[in-house]
Amino acid sequence: MSVSRFIAAAILATALILPHADAGEVAFSERRSGSTFMAPETQAMQSNDTANPGMLGVLDGATLWGKTIGAAEKSCASCHNDASTSMSGVAARYPAFDDTLKRPVDLEQRVNLCRVDHQRAPPLAYESRELLALTALIGRQSRGLPIAGGTDPRLTPFVDKGRATFMRRQGQLNLACTNCHDDNWYKRLAGSAITQAHPTGYPLYRLEWQGLGSLQRRLRNCMVGMRAQPYDADAPEMVELELYLMSRARGMPIETPAVRP
Amino acid sequence: MAALINVPATAKRGDVIEIKTLMSHIMETGFRHTVTGAAIPRDIITDFSCRYNGVEVFRAELFPAFSANPFITFFTVATESGVFEFRWSGDNGFYEAVTANIVVT
Ligand code: HEC
Ligand code: HEC
Repeated sequence: MSVSRFIAAAILATALILPHADAGEVAFSERRSGSTFMAPETQAMQSNDTANPGMLGVLDGATLWGKTIGAAEKSCASCHNDASTSMSGVAARYPAFDDTLKRPVDLEQRVNLCRVDHQRAPPLAYESRELLALTALIGRQSRGLPIAGGTDPRLTPFVDKGRATFMRRQGQLNLACTNCHDDNWYKRLAGSAITQAHPTGYPLYRLEWQGLGSLQRRLRNCMVGMRAQPYDADAPEMVELELYLMSRARGMPIETPAVRP
Repeated sequence: MAALINVPATAKRGDVIEIKTLMSHIMETGFRHTVTGAAIPRDIITDFSCRYNGVEVFRAELFPAFSANPFITFFTVATESGVFEFRWSGDNGFYEAVTANIVVT
């Protein structure tokens, strides 16, 4: 995150101390994807599959899907066949409850569980090219389908914890996610639209990153901007936040791989 | 390395057609440093070309200011059915070639 953005966040923090701040959660009917705030050129880049750089990740993912690896000598395709049928709608309902671990796992963790348990291969590093490619491929199979996050009743306590994290002020700027994304989503911060923080397009190609990134990377960006200590990749708080965001965006269409400025 | 190519599958003779190409590449500028101060060596695509039935119709030199995954679009005139061949080459022996067919009526 750039220096100018830190300064901008500090200015916004001062503005938020004023009493008018608590506008409450975004109304269901007023929800808008981050893509609706983008310039027409960026929207066109997202919607055209031959101009969307995120599609390069999807192509890489399709290659990895068929690659035999690990002591089990299996590829993803050995068990899941054609991703376009077996993975349709899957990303729309992640993070999902894992019966063995008795807690929600996000799509990245789910892919790594298959790597370790079923392929007997080492897990892929977070934000590695391979993990982003596989999750982009899986996410792409849900494009246009409504988000169905957090509908499993076993997830309710975890959604609630994620919501609490979203509402809690944290970091040196003493800001909560809600202060920006519920109360001030229609404003701009250092030239960037704040937006309502709907996780509709992940993993997505961010022009600022010059590459694909996961939802967790985006959340860490915001946490650093708040001058809070970002959670570790595997921290339960991170998955709970992802889960809350997905439940908050329930019914909105998946855009993966989206493009963001 | 993945590439995305958009060439119209069919065209009428004499049509001006738009060709779009997107090539997967990090395009590391050579101007950046790691957190410990070590220079990150330049790693970019330096040359792109397009041949239409063996005849070069477009060529571009690329420099460090290009974004990652360069997106290059250009126009040409559809003259006959055949093959477009795209070539990218660059630092560290980078080389990729992709073809796309067109039917001209
Ligand atoms: C100081 C204001 C601010 C705070 C606090 C903040 N964010 Fe953000 N957030 C932003 C801005 C600005 C963007 C858009 C950045 C851009 O496009 O460059 C953003 C983007 C996002 C996005 C991406 C939405 C999309 O369309 O892809 C998500 C998700 C998100 N934030 C979640 C969070 C969460 C969770 C927290 C709390 C941990 C949080 N943010 C705290 C300002 C903030
Ligand atoms: C040996 C068979 C096997 C292989 C190989 C395998 N998986 Fe799986 N996968 C499963 C099974 C079985 C499940 C159901 C959950 C469980 O029991 O672990 C599953 C579940 C999943 C799910 C969640 C589906 C849902 O509906 O929630 C995803 C996503 C997934 N796998 C992705 C992958 C990817 C990506 C690879 C390759 C890197 C892979 N799997 C390799 C057997 C396999």
